[in-house]
Amino acid sequence: MVPVMADQRDFAQQAMQYAPQLYSAAVRMTRSKADAEDLVQETYLRAYRGYSNFTEGTNLRAWLFRILTNTFINSYRAKQRRVQETELDDVEDLYLYKRISGIDVASRSAEDTLFELFTDDEVKAALEALPESFRMPVLLADVEDFSYKEIAEMLDIPIGTVMSRLHRGRKAMQKALIDFATERGLLERTPEPDPH
Amino acid sequence: MADCNETLRELDTFLDGELADETRAAIQSHLGGCMDCLQAFDFHAELRQVISAKCQNDEMPPGLLSKIEMCFGEDFDGDGRVG
Repeated sequence: MVPVMADQRDFAQQAMQYAPQLYSAAVRMTRSKADAEDLVQETYLRAYRGYSNFTEGTNLRAWLFRILTNTFINSYRAKQRRVQETELDDVEDLYLYKRISGIDVASRSAEDTLFELFTDDEVKAALEALPESFRMPVLLADVEDFSYKEIAEMLDIPIGTVMSRLHRGRKAMQKALIDFATERGLLERTPEPDPH
Repeated sequence: MADCNETLRELDTFLDGELADETRAAIQSHLGGCMDCLQAFDFHAELRQVISAKCQNDEMPPGLLSKIEMCFGEDFDGDGRVG
């Protein structure tokens, strides 16, 4: 079957449904609602102009996210105050899991889920605190559910780099979540001594 | 059959759905008989859902869709007018 070229007239019906997802992702990328609004507009403008290059039947959502990511990297990143891209502190594996398991059973009832343990703002802040090179893979994988291959293509980095940045970025994000829980008094400042 | 160390090392790739069938089966078989590893995997699967849900609920600024429409001169939100 010959791939059907996409028609700009179909653009509204096809692409606009992803605006809320693109906007949330744009806020995580730019860490600014005003910049996110501009970024999403710019993304749609580029997508509209390039819609004839989109092949019908392929993944429109991934195509839009690729334009969003490219636009952010090429236009908005340069405008933003340069964040020091230092290496992340090394955090031990299963850090959050081990600490959460240490929460006093009395203060964590059976119905208490992770969903209730952290506020929306805390989870957003923990993600946004990551340096960009770690934040982008974590956002695209954990929030937007893209594959390693898709993320590697969007960020133009090898799959192995995607995996190592995901691993380290996730651990750093979990460390930030633990710090929030500690600030709110949900966790002891130092781990409980092991009873065994 | 994978042991606990091998299993935990693949936690990320397993939850990302990126493991080859053979390794995936070995991990699944270990999880079937190891409560400790299963708990750790369940925890991280739940954490993934929490992060995803809480990071994509931003409310779009009310004028955004209209602004996008005005760039193209098309009625995207179906309210019968452009913008």
